[in-house]
Order: sequence, then C-alpha cells, then structure tokens
Amino acid sequence: MQMSFNKRRLEHASHPATAGQLRRGEAGILDRLDLPEDVDRRLMELGFLPGHKVTRARSAPGGDPRVFRVDGSEVALRLETALHLILKSSSVRNGL
Amino acid sequence: MSDCHGCSGCAVLTASPVNGRAAPSHIVAIVGPPNSGKSTLFNRLTGLRQKVANFPGVTVEHRIGKAKTKHDRDVVLVDLPGVYSLHPRSEDEQVTHDVLVGARDDVPKPEAVLLILDCTNLSRHLLLAAPILSLKLPTLVILNMADDLHGRGGKIDTAALSAQLGSPVALISAAKGQGVEKVFQFMEGTAAGASAAKAPLMELPVLQDIPTCRTWASAAANGAGYHPPAPPIWTRRLDAIFLHPIAGPLIFLAVVIGVFQTIFFGAKPIMDWMQTMIQVSGQWMNMQFPDSIIKSLFIEGVWTGVGSVIVFLPQILLLFLFIGVLEDSGYLARAALIADRTMRKFGLQGKSFIPLLSAYACAVPAIMATRTIESKRDRLATIMIAPFMTCSARLPVYTLIIAAFIAPKPLLGPFFGTQAAAMLALYVIGFLAAIGTARLLKSTILKSTRTPFMLEMPPYRWPTLRSLGLRLVDRSRVFLRRAGTVILTAAVVLWIVAHVPTHNGKAPAIENSFAGMIGRTVEPVIKPLGFNWKIGIGLITSLAAREAIVATLGTIYGINGQAQSEGLEKALRNDLSPGGAMALLIFFAFAMQCMSTLAIVRRETGGWKWPAVQFAYMTALAYVAALVTNQLASMTL
Repeated sequence: MQMSFNKRRLEHASHPATAGQLRRGEAGILDRLDLPEDVDRRLMELGFLPGHKVTRARSAPGGDPRVFRVDGSEVALRLETALHLILKSSSVRNGL
Repeated sequence: MSDCHGCSGCAVLTASPVNGRAAPSHIVAIVGPPNSGKSTLFNRLTGLRQKVANFPGVTVEHRIGKAKTKHDRDVVLVDLPGVYSLHPRSEDEQVTHDVLVGARDDVPKPEAVLLILDCTNLSRHLLLAAPILSLKLPTLVILNMADDLHGRGGKIDTAALSAQLGSPVALISAAKGQGVEKVFQFMEGTAAGASAAKAPLMELPVLQDIPTCRTWASAAANGAGYHPPAPPIWTRRLDAIFLHPIAGPLIFLAVVIGVFQTIFFGAKPIMDWMQTMIQVSGQWMNMQFPDSIIKSLFIEGVWTGVGSVIVFLPQILLLFLFIGVLEDSGYLARAALIADRTMRKFGLQGKSFIPLLSAYACAVPAIMATRTIESKRDRLATIMIAPFMTCSARLPVYTLIIAAFIAPKPLLGPFFGTQAAAMLALYVIGFLAAIGTARLLKSTILKSTRTPFMLEMPPYRWPTLRSLGLRLVDRSRVFLRRAGTVILTAAVVLWIVAHVPTHNGKAPAIENSFAGMIGRTVEPVIKPLGFNWKIGIGLITSLAAREAIVATLGTIYGINGQAQSEGLEKALRNDLSPGGAMALLIFFAFAMQCMSTLAIVRRETGGWKWPAVQFAYMTALAYVAALVTNQLASMTL
C-alpha cells in the first residue's frame, strides 16, 4: 500500500482500505464487496459496483449510519456494512 | 372485513373490469425502480379511479386503475412494486416477474408495459431496461423528472435512445404533467394493436447479471448523448442543515413535536364545530319527527353512534397530511437515518421508524409500510409492536375519559395543562410498551444477526398538492367506509340488543335488555379492573374497532335519557371510579382491539399464527396492567 496519499490513512495501512474508513469528502474506487451474496446483490443494485467511485458524504448525528455518493445517488449504510466494501489500494483521494 | 386498504382490496381483482365483460380490457403494467415516480405517474394516468389490491397468497400489493384514454377499450393499469431488477429474489421481484410473463392466474398477462425511469440518474436506472425489454412486450420507456434534468443542465436525445433500445421513449415530468399525453398516445396505440417496436441498435445482454446490465446501460445512455445533470445543489444545502450534527437532531425533534401539537390543537376547532353540528342536527331531527322505533334507531343508534366517530376525521386527515408532506419531500428518509442509532438499541433499525411514525395515525398503513424492511425478523418485530403506538382510533376514547376525569389545570404555561399531560403520558406508555416488546422479541424468538441497513436518500422535492390531495381523499374514503360499515353495524346491532326483549311493546330498561345481560355476564371478569357492565358492553363492541366504545357508551347512556357529549362525560363521572377510569385508559393503551389490524397482520405474515400471538399478548398485557392500575389507584386515591 502506498503511503503517499494521505497521512491520516497511515493507521489503516496494514489493512486494505474500505469505504468505512473514508472521511467526509474522501472518495475511493470500489474493488470488491465482501458480504453475503444477497447483500452484495442489493448493494450492487443501489450502485455499489466494482470500478465505481464511492464518495463519503454526511452522516447521521454521532457518525453512523453514513451517506455515500455512488453512481449518481446517495445511499446510507452503517459502518459495519461499509467496512466490507473494499476499495482499490491507493485509490483514496479527496473527492471534493 | 371493511377498512383500510389492504383487506378491502382483496375483492378488487374479482370485481374489477379485469376479468371478463364484453370487450376485454387492455392491460398495461407499470414497472420501475423505487423512487422513479411510479406512483405519481399512476395517479396522473388514473386520477381517482384506482384501487389497492394484493395478490392472493403473497404479501405483495399492487394498485389497479382505469386510465382516462379516449379509446373504446378500457385501459386498465396495473402498478407493480418498485424493483431494481427482475431476478426473482424477493417477493416483490417474483410477483413483478410472474405478472409480466403471464404466470399468474389472477392478473391477465399485460399487453403492454410502461417502464418508468428517473432520467436524472439514467445510466443506473436503465439497468432495469435490459430484463424488461427482453420480455418482448410492447414497451414505452418513460424518462421521468425531465424538469429536474433540464433544470440542472442535463441532456438526453430521446430519438437516439429510442433507436438504441428499439422501443419508443417519452421524456416526461409526472409531477408537473408535462409530456403525459405521450403516454396516453402509446396506450391508445397498443390498445388498437399497434406496435412501435423496431430492431434495437444495441443487442440486449445475454447474461443478465448486474455488472453486465450496468455496462450495457452505460453504453445505451452514452449512445443517446446522455449528459447527467449537475448534483442537486439544494439537496446538498438542505442536508447540511437537516443532517447537521447539532441542528439535525433538534429539527428532527421539532418536527415530531410539531406534528403532535398541530394534530391536537390545530384540529380542535374543526372537531368542536363538527361535534356541535352533529348534536344540533340530531336535536333538530328529534323535534321534526314523531316518536317511533325508527326514529329512535336512526337518531340514538345511527346518528349518535356514527357521528361520534366521524368527528375525528379532521384530526386523522391532518396527521396523514403531515406524514404525506414528510414522505413526499424526502425528509422521512433523513429522519430514518437520524433514528437508526436509537432504533438499533431496541434491536430495530432506521427503516422501522417510518412505519412506527405512521402507526400514530393508523396501524394498518403502518404495517403495510413495513415492506421496505428487508429483514424478515426485523419486519415481523415492527409489525408486532406497531399497534402499541397510539393510533388515532384511541384518541376518541382518551379524549372522552380525560375530559371526564381530569380537571383542566395549567402545568407549564397556558398550553400545557393536566389534560395534555395525561394525553402525553398515554403516548409515552404506548411507546414504552412498543420498545419493550421489540427488545423482548428481538432477544428471544426473533433474534437475528444484524441485517444491513441500506437506504437511498432521494433528493428533496416540493410535495405536490395533487399527490397530497389524493392521499387525503384516499384516507377519507377508507375512514368513512369504516364508519359506514364496521361502526354503523356495531351501532345498529347494539341499538337492537339494547331494545329487546320488548316489554308490553316498550323497550326495556338498558339493564334488562340483551345488551345488559351480556354486559352482566362479562362483569365478573372485568370487575377487578374497576369496570361495570356498561363498560363491558363497550369493550365487546370495541373489539371491532376501538372508537366504537365511544359510540356504544353514547347509546347506552343516551338510552338512559341523558344528553350527549358533555352529558356523556358527566354520566361516566357518576358511574365509574377514578381508578376504573385510569384502568380503562391503560387498557386501551395496550389492548389489541381492531379487526382491521388483525386482518392486515394475517395478510402480511401469511397466516393466523402471528395475529393470534399478538392478540393474546396485547390482551393479557392490557388486562394485567389495568388490574394493577385499578388496585393501586383504589389503595392510594
């Protein structure tokens, strides 16, 4: 994993980055979904397809669930789900 | 069973013009993803000529309505559930799939399809076009929300898209009514047997999994010069306020409190006025006609009985108006997001918030609204607790007892007095019973691993008067039908049993009538709760619908020669101990006294098991709680 993109991400460097680790305004490219098949399917229908850009938007008070912008719409997910959306390594950027 | 939507809809298919008659109707199905404006278009095309129905055997509901076309053949529209794909995974998708391929006996195979898509997000919504067009039915691809697309600088070449897909394409705004005539033209054409289908430029994907369909959709959209609109600036701005870490929850609370305030204080003048009208007209009729059995039946039975329930129409409509505004504007999705954290503590999720809020109006639409919850166990838990929320049918009962037994004194300022506090306490008690039951269920028989919470946040939109108006007309119909059937029947039956057996051609005193005998039979069971035999009769009639007890007591005390309304409060005060009155309030807060709810639970859960459990649990809880209340009250008061 490259270290250059964001210093704040260093703490996660040993794990693959997931949508759950995105901070507000950050975006990454989805690599794969790591959830039971029917959940994967529903997420894909909502736009969470490999290769698509996922941007973290606002969240509920307290930070969870959080809203993601993906494929033209906004979808709210809990952190526990977002942690299973694996991003392509070194794809995390400030999306704004 | 008469009542709200669901059950009354059961007969629709058999009674609808779908089956038989001389010229067979032209069946057109409307298909589209959630949030594509499907219902708005359906309302546009049918106006008020529509009914909600459900498919026998499954819990999926659809609406059916006649389109206002100029064609000789009736054009019947079937509004299918919102789906993202046709993979038969959920019940909704299975039904949509079966209807479209003609595999259901109860709906004839559609001869044409209206595929409605949100054109502000066309590349993603076009995904559904692949499986729908593969069905080879004459299909009109409707690109809805044209006003939004243009307003935010997006573009689409409909002629090019039509060539790509080989089907006609119409760019419309269902909310504003722009371009809807193209939909009518299409249906008139297909009704006459015309087909506008051509060979598509783009081959449909053979393997129809989501990634493949999505790639195909992008290619089709790009080929038609699709330029997506700029992000919705106003939605972002509003979310900055409504989802603000501090302002957000405050606004959420203000909305919930505002809804209740308006229902109670806003509706009061209209309700008072209606009450006066019913009384005055009753007295007027009383003077106009000579004394007779018929007059007594009509005024004491029908007019007083049904009238005492009709009074609550403004309040119920106001509540539905609020829920309509919140839902149509897009705020309800944000509210569900904010509520998720709290709901999670009780083992539920944010999506349960919407049904539970609706349950404050009526448990029947609330239980139907649980369909958006994917997890079967979460959904079942929400269904089980929804009837604890203080529905509008409890209001007449609460209002009457509180007015009779709690003296109005100001507590906090002029607007919050003892009576309002008592009402609020009852709402809180119902809510606590609901969340307590949810915890109990989710930690025992409905235990489940947490299901993922996924909720699409639609852009904010102005609710249209048309859509709000349709909702209110719809609710009024349901309410009046119920008042005209369940309540009317209860009122008439009660009047009859209260007037027989006759004594020398005269009606008996109420305690000697059949009603009195029934009341006395149940009295030993309810005596420990502080209820007398008159309340007993009311409890029996309230099994049909909660508010029937008000009509019943009106009739019973009316027969005793007392005046209505304030007279009823006075009569109750003389007849019931304060402990018994409190116990009665508690009993109504917990008991399951609503045939319509039981019927809808049976339908939604697919059997009598859950409604039976629910009825037994709630009745037992109500009995024990009322018993404790009365015993405590008689010790302390």
